[in-house]
Amino acid sequence: MKITLTVNGDDYPLDVEPRRILADVLREDCRLTGTHLGCEHGVCGACTVLVDGKAVRSCLMLAVQCDGRSVRTVEGLAGPDGEPHPLQRAFSAEHALQCGFCTPGFLMVAAGALEADPTIGDDPERVHGLVESNICRCTGYEPIRRAIMRAAAESAFADPSGGGEEPAAGGRPEF
Amino acid sequence: MKPAAFDYVAPRTVDEALNALGDTRRDVRVLAGGQSLILEMHLQRIRPDLVVDINRVAGLDRLSVNDGTVEIGALVRHGVFESPQAVPGPLGRLFALAAVNIAHPPIRACGTMVGSLAWAHPASEWCAIALALDAAIEVRSTGGAREIAARDYFRGPFQTARARDELITSVRFPLPADGTGVGFMEHRRTHFCFAQVAVAAALSAQDGLISDARIGLVNCADRPIRAHAAEQVLIGREITVPAVGNRLPGGHPFARAGRIAADQDAAPLAEPYADPEYRRQVIAVLVGRTLRQAAEGVLQ
Ligand SMILES: Cc1cc2nc3c(=O)[nH]c(=O)nc-3n(C[C@H](O)[C@H](O)[C@H](O)COP(=O)(O)OP(=O)(O)OC[C@H]3O[C@@H](n4cnc5c(N)ncnc54)[C@H](O)[C@@H]3O)c2cc1C
Ligand code: FES
Ligand code: FES
Repeated sequence: MKITLTVNGDDYPLDVEPRRILADVLREDCRLTGTHLGCEHGVCGACTVLVDGKAVRSCLMLAVQCDGRSVRTVEGLAGPDGEPHPLQRAFSAEHALQCGFCTPGFLMVAAGALEADPTIGDDPERVHGLVESNICRCTGYEPIRRAIMRAAAESAFADPSGGGEEPAAGGRPEF
Repeated sequence: MKPAAFDYVAPRTVDEALNALGDTRRDVRVLAGGQSLILEMHLQRIRPDLVVDINRVAGLDRLSVNDGTVEIGALVRHGVFESPQAVPGPLGRLFALAAVNIAHPPIRACGTMVGSLAWAHPASEWCAIALALDAAIEVRSTGGAREIAARDYFRGPFQTARARDELITSVRFPLPADGTGVGFMEHRRTHFCFAQVAVAAALSAQDGLISDARIGLVNCADRPIRAHAAEQVLIGREITVPAVGNRLPGGHPFARAGRIAADQDAAPLAEPYADPEYRRQVIAVLVGRTLRQAAEGVLQ
């Protein structure tokens, strides 16, 4: 089937079988391998991407369902000059990743939630609820929760004049 | 595994969807949120010939209130109900209590209430509420429309009275009166798991006596059930709750109803991590607690 996906602002005209899930098409056809596949059961969240701004499991969505829709993956987070996204900076500063396998999913679930409602970052309980969406098997959830709260406090999700201390590590996180 | 090959259509109108579903020689499946269907297709436990994606059908995302009922279209997602204001009064509160138990936010952004009723998982939260509150399931095929009462709808695990060529267009719930108290409680292993036991309850009282009691149970039998025997022991009882922090005394009507729900209404099946005897114990406790939560709503 012929479809067009808009991924991170770029149009991808594709010819895909209906049976192919969005995650596989992003990885294999669009060559965007930042989106990871863990369980393919909707459980782990490694495959989380934004479709029309909403965080969804790309393992439980067919690529053909996204024809004409706008998809955002972890590759779309950094600025045009390669400047890491505030969430990426905060993950690095808070040591919120070790192996990094789960990281794209956590970044996207957090990006979707904070862009929809920046006040989530003010409430540790709501961030906790968000972090429960995904599985991390090595870092642990506390640094991830702290990173999301730091990004919310420091970035333009909320008040751009919000201030806050500079993240410890300013460089590009190594994914 | 990956899904086996299938044909795919994305109709724009209900009639187009019904025409596609009418091909009963083939295994045709409706795709709503996909949060159960695509998983089953990955596991190749379901290998449809044709998938009818209803996500582009206009009008199915409607949620409307009229004449004391709320009608919820086939594309209204679980996440909508996290806000108690999505639906007026006690029903909105009950939906909100239940919604947060369904998986987690990205699943709730896709999955639909009607999809849960169609799938009829024996542990589905929405199925407990549909039974307890006498919902009506609206179905349509090329042959016409009909309404199935929730009490006649669940036929077994993942089995319903919906015919294969029927699309569920919406579900209708009567709005309970304003003074109705509602409760919802669930026991599960982790956030990703389905309920080991979940209980939905609604209570009304007149002059301090319970006049109506409704208890829906899921994962307590091979299908969602209503705890009729437990409801019966409540009617006409005084509505009281122990002071905050105190346990329900054994002889309290809610504790008795819990025991009866567990021993007479429920028929839990064996499953990993929670054998039937353990689940009966959980049912007795959770029904008591859910009734208490509902009673607190009445007495407020
Ligand atoms: C990790 C995970 C955890 C989950 N936890 C829970 C949980 O705790 N509780 C719970 O209840 N669910 C849970 N689910 C399932 C989820 O709630 C699904 O969204 C729901 O079961 C089905 O809704 P859907 O809209 O996604 O339907 P789909 O997956 O699209 O469809 C499910 C079935 O119903 C049929 N169908 C759907 N809509 C219609 C319609 N309008 N007319 C006719 N047939 C239709 C489909 O053909 C298919 O057979 C979980 C899912 C995952 C992946
Ligand atoms: S790979 Fe999609 S949730 Fe695990
Ligand atoms: S960083 Fe390794 S799984 Fe989360």
